[in-house]
Amino acid sequence: MITDLFAANVIVGILASGIRLATPYLYAAIGETFGQRSGILNLGVDGQMLLGAFAGFYVAFNTGNLWLGVFAAMLVGFAMGLAMAFISVTLRAEQGISGIGVYLFGLGLSDLLFQKTLGTVETVSGFRPVHIPVLSDIPVIGEIFFSHNILVYIAFALVPISWFVLNKTTLGLKIRSVGENPHAADSLGVSVSRVRYFTVTFGGMMSGLAGASLSIALLNVFQQNMTNGLGFIAVALVYFGGWRPVGVLVGSLLFSMVNALQLWVQVLNIPIPSEYAVMMPYVLTILALVVAVQRVRPPAALTKPFERGE
Amino acid sequence: MSLQGLVERLPRLVRVFDFLLPLLATLAALAIGAVMLVLLKASPLESYSALLEGAFGSKNALADTLVKATPLLLVGLGICIAFRGGVINIGGEGQLVVGAVAGTLVGLKFPDASGWLIVPSALLVGFLAGGIWGGIPGFLKAYFNVNEILSTIMMNQIAVQGMNYLLRGPMIDPVQLEAASRIPQTARLSAQFDLPRLIPTRLHLGTGLAIMAAVLVFIFLWRTTAGYRIRAVGLNPHASRYAGVNVKRYIVLSLLLSGAFAGLAGVIQVYGVNHRMFTDGSATGFTGGAGFNGIVAALFGQLHPLGTIPASFLFGALLVGANKLQRVMQVPSALITALNGLVVVFVVSSELWRRRLARARTVETKEEALPPTDAEAKVVP
Repeated sequence: MITDLFAANVIVGILASGIRLATPYLYAAIGETFGQRSGILNLGVDGQMLLGAFAGFYVAFNTGNLWLGVFAAMLVGFAMGLAMAFISVTLRAEQGISGIGVYLFGLGLSDLLFQKTLGTVETVSGFRPVHIPVLSDIPVIGEIFFSHNILVYIAFALVPISWFVLNKTTLGLKIRSVGENPHAADSLGVSVSRVRYFTVTFGGMMSGLAGASLSIALLNVFQQNMTNGLGFIAVALVYFGGWRPVGVLVGSLLFSMVNALQLWVQVLNIPIPSEYAVMMPYVLTILALVVAVQRVRPPAALTKPFERGE
Repeated sequence: MSLQGLVERLPRLVRVFDFLLPLLATLAALAIGAVMLVLLKASPLESYSALLEGAFGSKNALADTLVKATPLLLVGLGICIAFRGGVINIGGEGQLVVGAVAGTLVGLKFPDASGWLIVPSALLVGFLAGGIWGGIPGFLKAYFNVNEILSTIMMNQIAVQGMNYLLRGPMIDPVQLEAASRIPQTARLSAQFDLPRLIPTRLHLGTGLAIMAAVLVFIFLWRTTAGYRIRAVGLNPHASRYAGVNVKRYIVLSLLLSGAFAGLAGVIQVYGVNHRMFTDGSATGFTGGAGFNGIVAALFGQLHPLGTIPASFLFGALLVGANKLQRVMQVPSALITALNGLVVVFVVSSELWRRRLARARTVETKEEALPPTDAEAKVVP
């Protein structure tokens, strides 16, 4: 019954899974925020995530070492980020379309490798919840906030760290200036391409980690196209969050809470067609984009390749 | 002298380069594919010959290639319109699904009507439904400045969930309901609605319709005012606005038409190939990824409607050949998805070199064509 949704334990469950499910969105969207603040739209996030998810799962499955899996996923993400940087910065390709190419490449390659190496859906025992002493014993609050696996905590810790880096460090200033006015930054001696290489490669690493957070921490399986477009939503979340880490956090939580609600609606057998529930986050994103873009202006040089002396 | 000679020959060189570029990109992708095949311990030569045989080896194979190319061409035409209009449509998958569902509804509603009446109506309804699905992101882009790349992607997911809901519930085949197997598919459409087969293969009239559509889109874009304005807005929205073009309206129109052709691809897929709608829960189950691969075909065809015809044929061949590759060499057909991605990346990346050559050409011709300025004229006694 629909009233089941308002039982205390269900609400706690929804909130706790909402926090947990925000993890992949956070990694991918925070990484993408850096890229977009420097002027590069990387639309290949979903493909990078899939390759990261596969690499992380494959290594963890074969070695039993989850951290090695995380490392492998970030390494693959690094390579894919470097490729995207080369395409968009050095070759100055149209970013929207080349990102789709990167996506298709990641989608196909991860599927190919999956079929050739694993063949069937296997499971690993992923990261276990780390109960933070004292805090996790607080009733309700403890269960919602302090009983998650380590990758969840790291994802949330990234938000203040990236806020600090973007707004309070020289590096952040360089990133923002390159994204707003690359010509001015260039004339002041900032290497536009080096900054963009850095942000896009970092974004790739975060996408890889986002994939691993799915395959060895949240779902603990790898399947073809297991992200199901999550990477694209992460890109949308950056717009939604107004290119700010805190905004991205709000967007990720909103999204993951709706997702968690949707899962619980199915678990509790509430007679709402599950398709409507699955559809909701996407409808919400479109509406959120309508509201968000009226509020903030995107980085001025977003999607514009930089060429000296234009 | 020699420099001047080179410049004089340059325009032709650039043309040849335009044409060769996508081919080079594909060859590069296939070369990387060969490396991947070696890593998979499959002989590249055997694999690629299996692929070729699967695509062109027999009359049936060739027909299958054409059938597979049909939705790619139609989606690709839409992509041409959108990109020429300066907007990016990643929503082909969803538009195709919506068009197919709407078109199927027409056939299911009137099972006893004449095919002469139903088929054209279904095509029209699918065209319009796809157009609406593409038009919504267009409207949001034009009037609310919502990034159309993101909104079209979201619209894909919404369309797929809508399709799943309809095929699992309201539109499900009554037979499935009785048998309690509940396979999410509609009833088979009445046989009189099947698009006619052209020769005794799976090739159907839809392929001919798609080629006609390509010619129509070409005429539309290059021979009509609306088409001219779409291209003008795509090249320079600011200049178009000063010239009195309602830029917003043409942004909506580009995405609307783009979606409409994808919707048409969906109906033709139903009436020509499957004769019913079905779903495996994802978009690609029904579309076969045509919404994305159509982008690849259009890019390969230089975003030109007529260039998209051979391009979709080529990618149709790749997709059909991939099945054979999987059967004979045990190489997953996902390889082709990855290679398609590489083709996109290579084609888009090589644009830089094409632009450089083109710029060299325009600079030269401009300098020749400019009349002497007043200042220069005065110097001459």
